[in-house]
Amino acid sequence: MSEENKISRNRLHGLWALTNRDLKKWYQNPIVFLIGIIQPILWLALLGKAMNMSSIIPAGIPGLNPSMIIAKTFGTPDYFSFMAMGMVAFTTVFTSAFVGISLVFDRRLGFMNKVLSTPVSRSVILISKVISASIRSVFQAAIVMVIAYIMELRLGTNFSVFSVFGVFAMVFLIGFGLSSLFTSITLRTTRMETPQAIFNLVTLPLMFASSAYFPIQNMPWWLQDIANVNPISYTIDGVRRLMIFSDGYGPLLKDFAFVGLFAVVVTGICIVLSWRYLNK
Amino acid sequence: MSENEDIIKVEGLTKIFNHSLVAVDHIDFSVKQGEIFGFLGPNGAGKTTTIGMLITILKPTEGAASVLGNDIAKQSLEVRRSIGVVPQEYTADEDLTGYENILLCADLYGIPRSISKKRALDLLKLVELTDFKDKRVQTYSGGMRRRLELACGLINRPRVLFLDEPTLGLDVQTREATWNYVKTLKKEFGMTLFLTTHYLEEADALCDRIAIIDHGKIVVIGTPTDLKDSLGGDIITVAIQKDVDITDLISRIEHVKEVKKENGSYFIKSANGEITAPLIIEALRKGGQVVTKLSLTKPTLNEVYLQYTGKSMRDAEESRENVFRQRMTMQRARR
Repeated sequence: MSEENKISRNRLHGLWALTNRDLKKWYQNPIVFLIGIIQPILWLALLGKAMNMSSIIPAGIPGLNPSMIIAKTFGTPDYFSFMAMGMVAFTTVFTSAFVGISLVFDRRLGFMNKVLSTPVSRSVILISKVISASIRSVFQAAIVMVIAYIMELRLGTNFSVFSVFGVFAMVFLIGFGLSSLFTSITLRTTRMETPQAIFNLVTLPLMFASSAYFPIQNMPWWLQDIANVNPISYTIDGVRRLMIFSDGYGPLLKDFAFVGLFAVVVTGICIVLSWRYLNK
Repeated sequence: MSENEDIIKVEGLTKIFNHSLVAVDHIDFSVKQGEIFGFLGPNGAGKTTTIGMLITILKPTEGAASVLGNDIAKQSLEVRRSIGVVPQEYTADEDLTGYENILLCADLYGIPRSISKKRALDLLKLVELTDFKDKRVQTYSGGMRRRLELACGLINRPRVLFLDEPTLGLDVQTREATWNYVKTLKKEFGMTLFLTTHYLEEADALCDRIAIIDHGKIVVIGTPTDLKDSLGGDIITVAIQKDVDITDLISRIEHVKEVKKENGSYFIKSANGEITAPLIIEALRKGGQVVTKLSLTKPTLNEVYLQYTGKSMRDAEESRENVFRQRMTMQRARR
């Protein structure tokens, strides 16, 4: 067989090469790696531990049991655990948003043009970014869980070894969806400011119109409506159900279905856009 | 495909950005097998846009082009498989080694590792980077980076190689070394090369044929020699001791086309200056004149450029993105 015949005609060729390039940039850079670990520590230590909800309910009043109220509101007896699991899902937002910046960088440095001139499928170029961001998200989620555990995370009775893999699966799915979203938005952008501005605009509502810090049922009705279509809420609910809740898995399947659907739809849109818009 | 068939064929190719900016305006040309064809023009003339369309990363607004018989719009995947591209920018990943970078390029072409490892080593040898193959690209000089880009562009054994500003930002020595690599490709592999440049010397030293492009239009196409000859040949400047008019005497000499007297010197146009100059001296001596000064000037591409565009090479308006990319390239080249 001649050499030319061995050349891959597989439409997915180059996927791992490009994914691995992005991953290498991450794990071979000690500073980026270290910040990825320090950041969740800060979030958990500063916000998670400072918001000591049980202390604001006065103890000693007959018929008023602080930890019962907390448990009723948050589904777990301490706020830190509630919030920490929110952070597990939320680090994915930060990690995914980085895709936009890396895409703009590749465009500006000419790497994108180089790749576009090779027979790599247009969708593979984008999906490689999405996959690398999803893998990073899973790693980040693992770090947050370890740190939370060290900071005395209270596991629920739902917890089993498989829960950890469930969380990873959940984070991978939402990571896929979110990075596809950010990729689609920054597809044609050549300006560095754009992905940053979009990121700032999008993160705040994503974060607070979800159950990351507060339970949805206590929000005003209009915010509840938003939070109920926010895929982050479903991710967080799934993660909590797997890790810290004690009242059974309940709507876990629904959580997975919703996040999965979100990922499939947004990735689909991203692929279609790549055919149409990646070449100018 | 037969030997004589055009490797690149372009007809009425046009690119208009945002419905208003005409970057390339109905250009026609063809590139033959084994030829080094150069696009010469100032920044913003439409060189990079043309190359972008030919390597299928830009969609033409109008017109058609084929590379190795494949239509750039309809058979873009076939085009991408068969061509090599060396972009203007340094696209190699700084965090990876030279060897890893070439392997990455190979992966993008779907070349299995069993083949690409050997090819990568051969190419590193060709561009004389074998000793640095396991060093990170970060540590490479501008010339080394350019050679690495060249090696990457050759990984799929292309029959035609596109080079966009191959020596942008390089110093004179490195530039000449790069030209030698390009010439080797033509000589040893019979490769067809299409390159863009805004350096006149580069077009002159490298290209078999040049297309001068200005404001998105091709002004003239020809070999460097033909283009220079089209200006009417060499200029011989002569001065003599005595203040007498020798215009008639010179006009009768073989090859002389035109004689002009200005400030006591005679400017003589000739198709072949080297032969004419001794004849002039001889004729003047016989006529009893003493020659005090004589010089011979060959026309350069600069004069050609001036003749056809009516101006010297200047920088046209550039997009923000291109300016940024060029600046990045220059910065890296000088490290």
